[in-house]
Amino acid sequence: MELCDLTIHELREKLENKEVTAADVLDSFLRRIEAVEEKVKAYVTITADEARERISSDLQGSLAGIPLALKDNISTEGIRTTCSSKMLENYIPPYNATVVEKLNEEGAVILGKTNLDEFAMGGTTGFSAFHETRNPWNLEHVPGGSSGGSAAAVAAGEAAAALGTDTGGSIRQPAAFCGLVGLKPTYGTVSRYGLLAYANSLDQIGPITRDVEDAALLLNVITGHDPKDSTSVQMEQADYTAFLKEDLAGMRIALPKEYYELDYNPEVKESVLAAVKKMEAEGAVVEEVSIPSIEHSVAVYYILATGEASSNLACYDGVRFGYRSKTAGNVAEMFRNTRSEAFGEEVKRRILFGTYILSAEAYEDYYVKAQKVRTLLIKEIEDVFKNYDLIVTPTTPETAFKAGAITDPLESYKMDAFTVPVNLAGIPAITIPCGFSSANLPIGIQIMGPRFGEGKLIQAAYSLEKILQLGNKRPELEVR
Amino acid sequence: MLEKKDIERIADLASIKLSDSEAEKFAGQLDGILQYVDKIKEVDTEDLKPTLYPVSLENIFREDEVRPSLDREKVLTNAPEEKDGQFRVPRIMGE
Repeated sequence: MELCDLTIHELREKLENKEVTAADVLDSFLRRIEAVEEKVKAYVTITADEARERISSDLQGSLAGIPLALKDNISTEGIRTTCSSKMLENYIPPYNATVVEKLNEEGAVILGKTNLDEFAMGGTTGFSAFHETRNPWNLEHVPGGSSGGSAAAVAAGEAAAALGTDTGGSIRQPAAFCGLVGLKPTYGTVSRYGLLAYANSLDQIGPITRDVEDAALLLNVITGHDPKDSTSVQMEQADYTAFLKEDLAGMRIALPKEYYELDYNPEVKESVLAAVKKMEAEGAVVEEVSIPSIEHSVAVYYILATGEASSNLACYDGVRFGYRSKTAGNVAEMFRNTRSEAFGEEVKRRILFGTYILSAEAYEDYYVKAQKVRTLLIKEIEDVFKNYDLIVTPTTPETAFKAGAITDPLESYKMDAFTVPVNLAGIPAITIPCGFSSANLPIGIQIMGPRFGEGKLIQAAYSLEKILQLGNKRPELEVR
Repeated sequence: MLEKKDIERIADLASIKLSDSEAEKFAGQLDGILQYVDKIKEVDTEDLKPTLYPVSLENIFREDEVRPSLDREKVLTNAPEEKDGQFRVPRIMGE
């Protein structure tokens, strides 16, 4: 293994012991990018010069000299932030997102901005306006999405870890497809200031890493109250690394029967259930529960997310920043032409659906109704957590599929069935690899916890990771 | 039921111009999605309040103090067109 294949904590140890320098580490990652990026296409923008400049100063902090990647919907001052959209192709933010400030304070080195489905809408990264990203485990397959660039970069050794964003599964699904750890924190624990909004009541920034310890390390850095985000929660700064212990004894795990009764890839189901058995053998108490309204999650999610999106994306009108159509005689025409020319198909589809949902004729029947079903779902999930510590499910019903295999929008939305309830309820969830399919594609297991229950989540995931010992497996990318 | 004429009306509300074939395609797809989400109407939500955010939000008050804001010139570097330190747009009033 080369330096670029190591975890954050392994790199940190080598840097602290002065076995290697920050320049050695950076060079290793840049060489890997040089070798594989042409095939993987994880990045929209690579900031190699800025990274070299940065390590020339004496970096201090818990991430000193660690090369990371950022999803390209997280604002970086002076570095273009595109949301993988023609709309923002040349947009250069005048400020940093709060998470970027926090990474900088801890000495992290940003390698670049990663590809996503345009405005984070999609599950393949195929809806990027620039290029498709591919899965390092099999280049004919998708890396998932919308944080597919972040996941592919980490899986391919093009970054030690990355930040993604998760509105309905956009951290967890690509992490699962790429054999990585992905954590969606409790809503309100990570500031959304500087994150270009898709659906503001669901969006949350979180880490995509090679192991659970790295996820805890990054979570320590990015969480915390931020006065610049009115939905950011007042809370004491937790040390999530305190939960990196192997102990499942007495941990109460709930399996929602609505999910295990469904018909989906049997390799995924078997792999997840086998992992659950191993947790049980280590002292966890596993029981089946019912969450009746969970079957409505996808419907509720698409109503609320598109409604919010249609409003959030109204600011892209060609006036203050971003793309402006050159073929307009008056301002109304400019709005229309700008949006028609610069938004891609999936973004238009969701804006249109959301606009309808918020229209006078549909608002009560769909939007308010969905908000009420959301209340019911939250209540049912909270009831489960009165008796259980965690809920365990597969992360995705399938492994990474071939690029272009799913073309029907509704079919692709249904693939998010296991991840969207987490965002609707605002709870945290982590995915870790639990096995590989017969085609050697990674399978992810998802562990959900109650609000602010990241600690137990990390403890369970860390324990399971130690039991399964899949950590050192890396994709065999042909390296030049 | 969402038909092509509905999609055209919605697109107008969203300030998006669609070609004939786009409107046709979106009508079929969005109608399918609408039929799928229609099943939430079966759920009994009597006495339930709508959830807007998964965390409870309160009004946040602060002193009204002057604080640094973004630099005007820096912000205007992203403007498609600017004039005299302001955003310039095409004609707003009709002929």
